[in-house]
Amino acid sequence: MRCNNRLKDEYFTKLDNFIDSLEEEKGELITVLHKAQNIFGYLPLEVQTHVGEKMNIPVSEIYGVITFYSFFTMTPKGEHPISICMGTACYVNGSENILNEFKRELGLKIGETSNDGKFSIDILRCVGACGMAPVVTVGKKIYGRVKADEVVNILKEYN
Amino acid sequence: MINGIHDLNKIVEEKHLAEKENQTIIKVSMSTCAITAGADTIFDYFKEVIEREENDTIKLISTGCMGLCHSEPTIEVTLPGKKPSIFGNLNVTKAEKILKDVKYNKTHETDVFMSDKLQKIVLKNCGFIDPENIFEAIGNNGYFALNKVLTSMKPQEVIDEIKLSGLRGRGGGGFPTGLKWQFAAKNKADQKYVVCNADEGDPGAFMDRSVLEGDPHAILEAMAICGYAIGADQGVIYIRAEYPLAIKRLEKAIMDANIHGLLGKNIFGTDFNFKIRLKYGAGAFVCGEETALLHSMEGKRGEPTLKPPFPAEAGYWEKPTNVNNVETYGNIPSIINKGALWFKNIGTEKSSGTKVFALAGKIRNVGLIEVPMGTTLEEVIFDIGGGIVGNKEFKAVQTGGPSGGCLTEKDLDTPIDFDNLIAKGSMMGSGGMIVMDEDDCMVAIAKFYLGFTVEESCGKCTPCRIGTKRLYEILERITDGKGCLKDLKLLKDLSNTIKRASLCGLGKTAPNPVLSTLRNFHDEYVTHVKDKKCPATVCIDLIQFTITDKCIGCTACAKACPTEAIMGRAKEKHFVYQDRCIKCGACYNACKFNAIEKR
Repeated sequence: MRCNNRLKDEYFTKLDNFIDSLEEEKGELITVLHKAQNIFGYLPLEVQTHVGEKMNIPVSEIYGVITFYSFFTMTPKGEHPISICMGTACYVNGSENILNEFKRELGLKIGETSNDGKFSIDILRCVGACGMAPVVTVGKKIYGRVKADEVVNILKEYN
Repeated sequence: MINGIHDLNKIVEEKHLAEKENQTIIKVSMSTCAITAGADTIFDYFKEVIEREENDTIKLISTGCMGLCHSEPTIEVTLPGKKPSIFGNLNVTKAEKILKDVKYNKTHETDVFMSDKLQKIVLKNCGFIDPENIFEAIGNNGYFALNKVLTSMKPQEVIDEIKLSGLRGRGGGGFPTGLKWQFAAKNKADQKYVVCNADEGDPGAFMDRSVLEGDPHAILEAMAICGYAIGADQGVIYIRAEYPLAIKRLEKAIMDANIHGLLGKNIFGTDFNFKIRLKYGAGAFVCGEETALLHSMEGKRGEPTLKPPFPAEAGYWEKPTNVNNVETYGNIPSIINKGALWFKNIGTEKSSGTKVFALAGKIRNVGLIEVPMGTTLEEVIFDIGGGIVGNKEFKAVQTGGPSGGCLTEKDLDTPIDFDNLIAKGSMMGSGGMIVMDEDDCMVAIAKFYLGFTVEESCGKCTPCRIGTKRLYEILERITDGKGCLKDLKLLKDLSNTIKRASLCGLGKTAPNPVLSTLRNFHDEYVTHVKDKKCPATVCIDLIQFTITDKCIGCTACAKACPTEAIMGRAKEKHFVYQDRCIKCGACYNACKFNAIEKR
């Protein structure tokens, strides 16, 4: 079992410092959540409660905002989060096959993280690199013109 | 500190002086797609060689997108006093060769396809200047329009000029920009806002990203001009968090503009103040709708509200707000510099100017293009786009993304403008253009778009929340082979109800992909529900793999099959057990003798 997902105090301090540095807190909830996800990697209830207390916003409202936007996540992502673009250009160029290949190779469904915490699979709606369709991102790296038989090689880069 | 026209002119002069020197200029396109293709390696290679050899005869510049996605990485080489040449599909070997040629003062002809039908206004600096260098922007006429407006025009004159130009909103709606500014100017308030909508949520569109990555200063300048015209001193750019490079370049541009006094207090020594900040989106298509966008900017769920009140009356924090899209702002500096009439003479009578399109899908020259309004679809797809990949048959082109519709061969001679596309049952949208060929199933495409709107519907109004879900279910039934003829009528009725009853633009346009494919590809729908066949062999529940007499019994298919559905002795014809087949297509890909038929 993994037990490395205990949230560190220093992360909370970092987040508090960021909130304190804002000129004005009014209307900055999404900005703060971006920062929080950047620090913690995801937005569990503990972080939501913390932000709520700090900014004086009901947790229900924060939860509403997080679940509204696809960029925010309440489950931890893998060390190398994989996103397969399912925008139109990628879709007509066969991104569904690429997605299936990743799912099969890793034995994961969309939104799941592997047991060793290494990989997670998600779909995204266009990174705007439609000229390179189909596109896959792993962490910050973008792979273009991906073919189904290249999936294994991409995964090997991170093993 | 840049205080007036003299300072601007001085920068332009210095730039020209620098160019006269005996220097070769190499520009490497460094946009997101170029970097994906390896442009950073090419740039680093040039940089390393130039630094190692201490070669000061070559000037290396990283630029934004040249629009040639089909040939990335691309570079542009200009020898002193010569015309520029553009080279595509660069790798280090090719770069090495080019550098060698440059040293002997020779280059070859451009080796990528460039259409002469393009006309660049918004993209004029993209791929041409270094977006991270403010002096390059100024050297190419940047901030001259802002200077002209602040020093010689009254706010109302600016609005009149934009009105006269006939510029219409490029985000999709096509509402006259000048009129929008007029509304915001008319409403009196202690605080007003200028907002730039850079939440390019339409999948398959990347115009705004390219403009922001390639020429961020033009957008800042245009927002300041708008601020002066409507009486606002604050601007906000609402940008997708999925565009990290565009964000980085915008942040740099804002910082530089502040340092040089082109944003901030007393710009050009006048009493006009304007500051710009960024706000990040978080992935919600509905935020392209202006009222939803404003709520998101306030840190709330991005749900739309009923208009009126329009943002021009009560927008960001209930103050008068003008919201325009990136490309709309991109036109403003040129209109001010060259005059409204110049702009009005480009394009068609009711849609003046140019439009940027992101060509993608099954088209040969995938890329970013800018053409005058009135160019036909045929010119865009075949002359500029180079036709369909692999000489397949053109089937349809989807314009306007999930809100638009599919157009077919019979619409190819349509001159593109706002009204013509609507008349044909599609819409301009933000400018994504996805080309499809004979291998694409139009029912599956309609299902794909509905899948998108189901996920992106904010859930506030019932027709959109439940209606799109039901539409999706009917389409799923059809592609699963469980549909009947009645479903087609149901699709149409439900689509019309959703269109009429939804609250915002997302719901009002969500059924468009269904309606336009129903109209243009009715037979394909009928084949799905009546014959339970998918002519494009996309819908897996409707296809069958069979082995023909071409089979020589090599066993490759049987080995590839994950469910052991293929049987047969070596060197004898094999056969498929249909009830075991999961239709994964592994056998089809494994067969080297074209012996497997997909029907």
